[in-house]
Amino acid sequence: MNRRLFALTALALGLASSIATPAWAQKKVVMGVSIPAATHGWTGGVVYWAKRTGEELEKEIPGLKVIVKTAGSASEQANQVQDLATVSKIDTLVILPFESAPLTQPVAQLKNKGVFVTVVDRGLTDPSAQNAYIAGDNPGFGKVAGEYMAKAMNGKGNVVILRGIPTVIDNERVDAFNAVMKNFPDIKVLDAKHGNWNRDDAFKVMQDYLTRFKEIDAVWASDDDMAVGVQKAIEQAKRSDIKLVLGGAGSKDYIKKVMDGDKLVTADVTYSPSMIADAMKLTAHARAKGEPLAEKTIIPSVLITKDNAKKYYVPASPF
Amino acid sequence: MSPAPTDTAAVAPLDAEPGPVRKPRFAGRFGRRLVGARPLIGLVVVCIAGQLLNADFGTWDNVMNVLTRTAFIGIIAVGMCFVIIGGGIDLSVGSMAALIAGAEILLMNALAPHFSSPITVVLFGLAAAVAMGVLFGLAHGLLITKGSIEPFIVTLGTLGIFRAVLTWLADGGAIMLDGALADAYAPLYYGSLLGLPAPLWVFAAVACAGGFLLNGTRYGRYVQAIGSNEQVARYAAVAVDRVKVVSYVLLGACVGVATVLYVPRLGSASPTTGLLWELEAIAAVIVGGTALKGGSGSVFGTVVGAVLLSVISNILNLTSIISVYLNAAVQGVVIIIVAFLQRGRR
Repeated sequence: MNRRLFALTALALGLASSIATPAWAQKKVVMGVSIPAATHGWTGGVVYWAKRTGEELEKEIPGLKVIVKTAGSASEQANQVQDLATVSKIDTLVILPFESAPLTQPVAQLKNKGVFVTVVDRGLTDPSAQNAYIAGDNPGFGKVAGEYMAKAMNGKGNVVILRGIPTVIDNERVDAFNAVMKNFPDIKVLDAKHGNWNRDDAFKVMQDYLTRFKEIDAVWASDDDMAVGVQKAIEQAKRSDIKLVLGGAGSKDYIKKVMDGDKLVTADVTYSPSMIADAMKLTAHARAKGEPLAEKTIIPSVLITKDNAKKYYVPASPF
Repeated sequence: MSPAPTDTAAVAPLDAEPGPVRKPRFAGRFGRRLVGARPLIGLVVVCIAGQLLNADFGTWDNVMNVLTRTAFIGIIAVGMCFVIIGGGIDLSVGSMAALIAGAEILLMNALAPHFSSPITVVLFGLAAAVAMGVLFGLAHGLLITKGSIEPFIVTLGTLGIFRAVLTWLADGGAIMLDGALADAYAPLYYGSLLGLPAPLWVFAAVACAGGFLLNGTRYGRYVQAIGSNEQVARYAAVAVDRVKVVSYVLLGACVGVATVLYVPRLGSASPTTGLLWELEAIAAVIVGGTALKGGSGSVFGTVVGAVLLSVISNILNLTSIISVYLNAAVQGVVIIIVAFLQRGRR
């Protein structure tokens, strides 16, 4: 009985807020930002950028309130999204979903209640559950890396790949990289194993690559965290055959290496956690002015070399 | 409440075996030794398979790589062995290692400007890391015994606490060791003595000490007695609480030692440090023939179990016959097969 009463009350509250929202949004925007907790370098960067941008936007746009919440798992994030709607009464949601499928339904419910939804990085399985989609360019990430590597190797040599956690993101990157390599018949991709975007796992995988392959010319670590482990393994084995270690995502330490003219790390490819900042800014401005937002915005992955590294170096960021 | 262990008549059944009991006990010992050999058979079979799949498997460098890599989990597993034999469990070891690593690096970075020699700073770091482990272990032990909370819950709680505090300290990113310190510290992982890597010596020392402690001392027998029947041990005037606390403190110290060896490898700690180490350590203990419900087990088996687990992933990296998506499945199959080999003990 009690539960039914509770459900009814919740429903009534939900209805009330959805009715109240349109009149109320004109003077005030309450923007909820739901992101994964800082469990590795990249998500640490996301949390940093979300908090920083939230404060900046609140100063810039009068009447805007930004609530940033982090979640440790997909199910926690789903609950959190519901709490944002019922307790914090948000009318705008910027979400970087943990996983696409489990969050599609909870987000769709919010959108049906009239909340404006911007999805970042990982698209929902049902695109109608989102108003706008802002993401990094994963195929581009693999393509830019592949093209740079092929050029640096003069079109010939042996490459090993470290992959991330088995996900759609990882597949898109690796497929695009391999597609580039197909154009260079003299480049041999020896193997691709999962280092899980993790320093320790990458160290072990690289140690074993070094045992297995006597001649490696370049390593596509595909992530700056993994590049740390890769470089330690190379140092330990005292191998001098490797001439290039290409990471990815653009951590400050690796951009610094590129800037300082490191011998092995001559470039990096961006996939910046600051995309959450872009998404928050675009959404907040569009909502405050009452303007529509482009359905799909792709933030391109660009190559960082010694020439442009300075532009991407943010020492204050944890990533 | 519980009296201190003494050599009075009350403890006699545990300490000295009267005549008639001697025979089954010897049989039990022999049986235990056989059980210790079973995971070893598994390991040998897996190694032969590895050698057949890739001729580089048996090279000195690869064997050293694998054993050195095993050292962290192995050292923790030796401590875990005592806790599990005593009927407890510790789920927090991976998070604890991560927090100790982060705190140790921060401490060393902070001390560096005040000392001329980086070696002194590193020694401070080592002592602090082990002390932190002991302290965390003591907290676990006291919460479990004096606080009467299930070890599963206590350590599940601290699992979250330790990792969250590290993530907070690291601000979500990574904590890096300063350059000069990293150079002074590096030999502890990368250096070698008489041709064997340093972590291997520490691992061997910890394993030998653990083996002696479990089989050669009164404390070891008390741990086994508590694990097989806590009430009986209590009636036999064993200081159950104190023995339990000591087990958790030992495990904490082991985590501290493992962390001390881990830090120089990457010179950094991040929120992914030590992720799932608890499962690997527990798996090593159980694969090595220790009963999860406690009561009996072997340190030797635990060491074999730890080596077996890392050999499997090494072989998977050295070959590409199986889709990388199935790596975890292969590990699972081998673990179950080895466990199957040990059935029929109870």
